[in-house]
Amino acid sequence: MRLSIDHHTIYRFSVPQGRLTQMLRLTPEDTHDQTVASWHLHVDCDARLRPGRDGFGNKVTMLYVAGPIDSIEIAVSGEVLTNSADGVVHGAHEVLPPALFLRATPLTLATAAIADFTASAVSAGTDLVGRLHRLNLALNARFVADRDRPVTGRTAAQAFALDRATPRDMAHVFIAAARTLGVPARYVSGYSRFAFGGEHRPAPHGWAEAYVAGLGWVAFDPSAGRSADEAYVRVAVALDAAGAAAVAGSRLGEGDEEMDVDVTVAPASD
Amino acid sequence: MAALGQWIEDTPAHELRRRQESAEATFRQLGITFAVYGESDASERIIPFDIVPRIFLADEWRRLSEGLVQRVEAINAFLDDIYGARKILDAGVLPPDLIFGNAQFRPEIAGMRPPHGIWAHICGIDLVRTGPDDFFVLEDNARTPSGVSYMLENREAMLRLCPELFREFRVAAVDSYPDRLLETMKSVAPHGAMNPVCVVLTPGHYNSAYYEHSFLADSMGIELVEAADLVVDDDIVWMRTIGGMVRVDVIYRRIDDDYLDPLVFRPDSMLGVPGLIAAYAAGNVALLNAPGNGIADDKAIYSYMPEIVKFYSGGEAKLPNVETWRCREPQALKYVLDNLDKVVVKLVDGSGGYGMLVGPTASKQEIEDFRAALIAEPERYIAQPTLALSTVPTLADSGLAPRHVDFRPFVLTGSKGVQVVPGGLTRVALKPGSLVVNSSQGGGTKDSFVLMDGQGQRPPMAQSQTMGGMTQGQQQ
Repeated sequence: MRLSIDHHTIYRFSVPQGRLTQMLRLTPEDTHDQTVASWHLHVDCDARLRPGRDGFGNKVTMLYVAGPIDSIEIAVSGEVLTNSADGVVHGAHEVLPPALFLRATPLTLATAAIADFTASAVSAGTDLVGRLHRLNLALNARFVADRDRPVTGRTAAQAFALDRATPRDMAHVFIAAARTLGVPARYVSGYSRFAFGGEHRPAPHGWAEAYVAGLGWVAFDPSAGRSADEAYVRVAVALDAAGAAAVAGSRLGEGDEEMDVDVTVAPASD
Repeated sequence: MAALGQWIEDTPAHELRRRQESAEATFRQLGITFAVYGESDASERIIPFDIVPRIFLADEWRRLSEGLVQRVEAINAFLDDIYGARKILDAGVLPPDLIFGNAQFRPEIAGMRPPHGIWAHICGIDLVRTGPDDFFVLEDNARTPSGVSYMLENREAMLRLCPELFREFRVAAVDSYPDRLLETMKSVAPHGAMNPVCVVLTPGHYNSAYYEHSFLADSMGIELVEAADLVVDDDIVWMRTIGGMVRVDVIYRRIDDDYLDPLVFRPDSMLGVPGLIAAYAAGNVALLNAPGNGIADDKAIYSYMPEIVKFYSGGEAKLPNVETWRCREPQALKYVLDNLDKVVVKLVDGSGGYGMLVGPTASKQEIEDFRAALIAEPERYIAQPTLALSTVPTLADSGLAPRHVDFRPFVLTGSKGVQVVPGGLTRVALKPGSLVVNSSQGGGTKDSFVLMDGQGQRPPMAQSQTMGGMTQGQQQ
């Protein structure tokens, strides 16, 4: 499948800022399952951009803007060819071993409630992949889809106490749950044709990957109740959504900021 | 040693006390104070100073130095490996979960390599002594070890107050430390920096070690900066000065990893510099010490240090560890639980003497509290035997009395090699019988004399010579 992606992020500041420093994780890479045909990053002001990689091996772009600046728009767009994959990640740039992804973070700390839910969800499963699929489906059934922009800083525990959950929240609960089973799990940020429903999405997509020995990293999207397939484009992985954030930023200046995000993912017209 | 005894005998106790008080008054005036955490008045205190120096003979020092160099070389090799190729795990020397499950292993900087491949530029290795030739490493400090200002200020005080001692002994000088540190900083500047600009980065004057930060910057003649003075642009670190922006090549940072860069570590950090890790990853700035070093001085890793030293140096560790039970191992845990009244239990990620049980002096309640904590989370603890720590003469209320000490020498690693400063910080437990030397728990400090060659006996006064600046107090 050939997917066309447009992802706009706009920050508006109530008073002009003296300086902006941002780390962008907005660049997908080739794997065996996805080929980046074209990709552009565009900023609407005078910014210095520097490519690099973070500790998880994700491609990052450092963005530096000297103020005064009262708004900035960061736009990425491009086309990615995807294969009809089986949900197993092949040929990704891996720099850290699966064992690292057993550690909890504040956002993915499991509670007794999550552990209990997990135990009963997977009890009938036979092999590990089967158990993880059960967990994925159980989480999908457990929540009503929240189509708003995810709340930054909401933990898995907080999310689990609610009825409605964004893809990001569900992925966090899945990660916390998988780790209670002793399964390494991580957050993936990227794009999906079906995420959030509708054409204009309020955020990039987020799902989870769990490590199954002998198979590798297997993608699970609890918000869709399925494994990631050719409708998905991976961009970044980390222990949680904060580590894989599309934009991590810092600004020098007073006042408030307002963020607008618009993501469209559609089959490319040839 | 006899000479020291003679000096103590010759100098009246009230005179020793007067000098000690004079030194402490100076420290208070200079502001060499620290804040004790958990005290309601949060008042600043000076660390008590003891006037009686501790003495190392030249031979002892040589052996110690060799062990320290070997250990610090291994720490650097370990860090370079564990954040890179991880050969030590392939070789099965360490259990991988000890690294990957350890919060001190920072995935955020995995794959990044500091300029010249040096990670632990400034190490403070805590040693204890249990016999004439028996030194043990108690703790490796490879993050931001403090205390070197005490080494220097204690020496200054001794030179001023007890000049006769420096006529008696040929004591190796420590006052070159700031020069050596600056040399070390310059030597690890990113490739291509012709006249590297070096700075000391402090969290600010609320930090308990602020005096040391300003003291070191001042002695090196470089800027003391806070985060707000630094800006990263285009992956390059700049310092705001009245003359405009100046490019910074080397930062001796006294800020913990967690607060270093809000884009990579704690996003709520106000003490850090956004983009600093990107500049570091791009190879445009050297950070002393490198981020991620906590995995090398973690107490859970500590127990494997003899194996780590052997793996990288190819030889046995010259400085042994204190025997350590890893409570994560069931058999060790059982032993520790059966002997809680005899051992010292430490939190794997604790420091400063907090979160620690000293079995022989603990109350029944304390022991039971630790028992419960150990059973609940054994992997968070290690235990060690209570050592028959050496004592040295110390001025107490009743006159001279033996007190337990430990010792922190400072080891510098630059691109031209490893050097051990001939001296260090002797910490002394001022309470009779106490084994806890931490300043936050009622410890004090004293000067540490490293004697130069051909000594050990009292040298005839007439023969003592000035050694081209290497010996202090010889000029009469």
